[in-house]
Amino acid sequence: MSATATTTPPVGTSENAVIELERVTKVYRTGSIAVAALRGVSLTIAQGEYVAIIGPSGSGKSTLMHILGCLDTPSSGAYRLAGENVSGMSEAALAEVRNRRIGFVFQQFNLLSSMSAWQNVELPLVYAGVPRAERKERSMHALAKVGLSSRVLHRPGELSGGQQQRVAVARALVTEPDLILADEPTGNLDSVSAADVLRLMDELHESGRTLVLITHDTEVASASGRVLGIRDGLLIENDVRHVESIR
Amino acid sequence: MSWLETFRTGINGVRSHRLRSFLTVLGILIGIAAVILTVGLGEGAQGQVTSEITALGSNVLTITPGSSTSSTGIRQALGSASTLTMADVHALASPVDAPDVKAVAPITSSSEELVAGSSTWTTTVQGSTPSWLNVRGRTLAQGRFIDDQDVTDHAAVAVLGATTASELFKGEDPVGQTVDVGASGVPVTVVGVLTSTGSSSSSSSTSDPDDLLVIPITTGAERIFGGTSRNSVSSIALQARSSGDLTAAYQEADHLLLQLHGITTASDADFTITSEQSLISTATSVDHTLTILLGGVAGISLLVGGIGVMNIMLVSVTERIREIGLRKALGATPAVIRRQFLVEASVLGLVGGALGALLGIIGATFLPSVVGDPITISPIAMVGALVVALAIGIAFGVYPASRAAHLAPIDALRTE
Repeated sequence: MSATATTTPPVGTSENAVIELERVTKVYRTGSIAVAALRGVSLTIAQGEYVAIIGPSGSGKSTLMHILGCLDTPSSGAYRLAGENVSGMSEAALAEVRNRRIGFVFQQFNLLSSMSAWQNVELPLVYAGVPRAERKERSMHALAKVGLSSRVLHRPGELSGGQQQRVAVARALVTEPDLILADEPTGNLDSVSAADVLRLMDELHESGRTLVLITHDTEVASASGRVLGIRDGLLIENDVRHVESIR
Repeated sequence: MSWLETFRTGINGVRSHRLRSFLTVLGILIGIAAVILTVGLGEGAQGQVTSEITALGSNVLTITPGSSTSSTGIRQALGSASTLTMADVHALASPVDAPDVKAVAPITSSSEELVAGSSTWTTTVQGSTPSWLNVRGRTLAQGRFIDDQDVTDHAAVAVLGATTASELFKGEDPVGQTVDVGASGVPVTVVGVLTSTGSSSSSSSTSDPDDLLVIPITTGAERIFGGTSRNSVSSIALQARSSGDLTAAYQEADHLLLQLHGITTASDADFTITSEQSLISTATSVDHTLTILLGGVAGISLLVGGIGVMNIMLVSVTERIREIGLRKALGATPAVIRRQFLVEASVLGLVGGALGALLGIIGATFLPSVVGDPITISPIAMVGALVVALAIGIAFGVYPASRAAHLAPIDALRTE
């Protein structure tokens, strides 16, 4: 992939914002006990930004990720994804939004073991109703982007952890989503593979993709352009250089 | 997502858990095979009985001695009395009194031992008249049948059934040979052999219409059967002019015999007239009950197979909770997930049904040599079995599929 010169778009204007959270809360109820995982989070992420959200376990980090990924809905507040209000959508409508707008990269890779690499990559396109021939072409292209052209017919079990995560990144890319959401993408990898994946993230960022990376690892977070700390359900905006102060 | 894609995904799901899918399919397979075999066995038995009865001749009524009331007022059991006589036979043969009766054949019969040279064979010896051939709807393979002269002369001649001929003479020409009949060994000359009906090759020789020896009724009464009343007959076979005249012939015979026997109340009749049709319906109703009973047991095993599908699908949903979560994260709607699991369940059902049908066909081919009864596999039963298997897959797949559809994606992804 050739490094293309990208212009960093202006931050904070709602015209080109990918993510707009307004006083979002999330309360979990277990019987009579209510636990507030998010206590009023407002956040704007612009097109082309590379943002890391860092926080210890129990900080509300996973909840925020679920809401950003439209896997869960906020208890109150508004969430606009690429200008579309997704706060009150039905489950089926959310599935469609996830398919069209978001690419996920998980810590556990979450590849289907019975399918080959390219079949895993084409899965989101299957749900989008893309014809077979086009699916194959696009998934091959995505696998080429992550440097796995020679492994397309391998099953996940025949690939190393780093290669599996690259397949997962290809799967996140293949739909050309507005947002790529990575949840601890390096958590299960050795340092060499982790560096590989982070380099891939950098390349995606350079090619103009919007990335949100969720991690507890300050080193991983420092790869991004903007670091947000989360603690006790509240966001703290931080400069990359002050990452340490969040912990 | 198109149905084709859903179908492909479903097949993949089944194929990626081969052993488990096979074990699930096994339940349906056994159930379907059992249903097909029991229904086939029932139909086969019905077909056999029907063909045996049809072999008795067409448009035929059989008159057998019925219960009778003796002069002392004691009512005797069915068939215990020799109430039918040659006088009855002559009366029934009269075109004036019974115009719808085409032919009448009196029959006396008993089981006797036959000896021809070194061969010995026990079979049914029937004494009758020349009209037997027509009434029974039989033809001759060789030689001639007994004629009126033989009856008048009490001639020592006999006609053999195909099976009897081959058992006694083992391929030799039986015509002109001598057979010793009965305990006292009365020699009779074989004058003809009946054509094989081919309707039954079962081991039960008593019902084989090709295993018999026919002699003139007079010869039988005088020399072989003996007994007290030489004028009585075991049964009378009547042939109506056509199938439409069967009812008329029945009424004429009934009326005539009541009159001859001096019976005023029809319920006191000392004879019973049965038609081919009533024999078939009696025999089939017994078989039918048995088929329903066995089919019911097989149906229960099919139900158990269905519950097996449900159980495995529920396990499958729990086990694949991550897969479901991932598919949902990637954009699968609840409806798509539900369809995927429904397709998996129906594939299991359909494959089980197809394999069960196959096992049923194999069983129908090999079982008769063990059981001794023919098994008839009807195409309707096959299609029915497949439809039922598919329906079971779907019916028992609905609940697990909707469980999968309603899993929250985060709960599904969170599970380790």
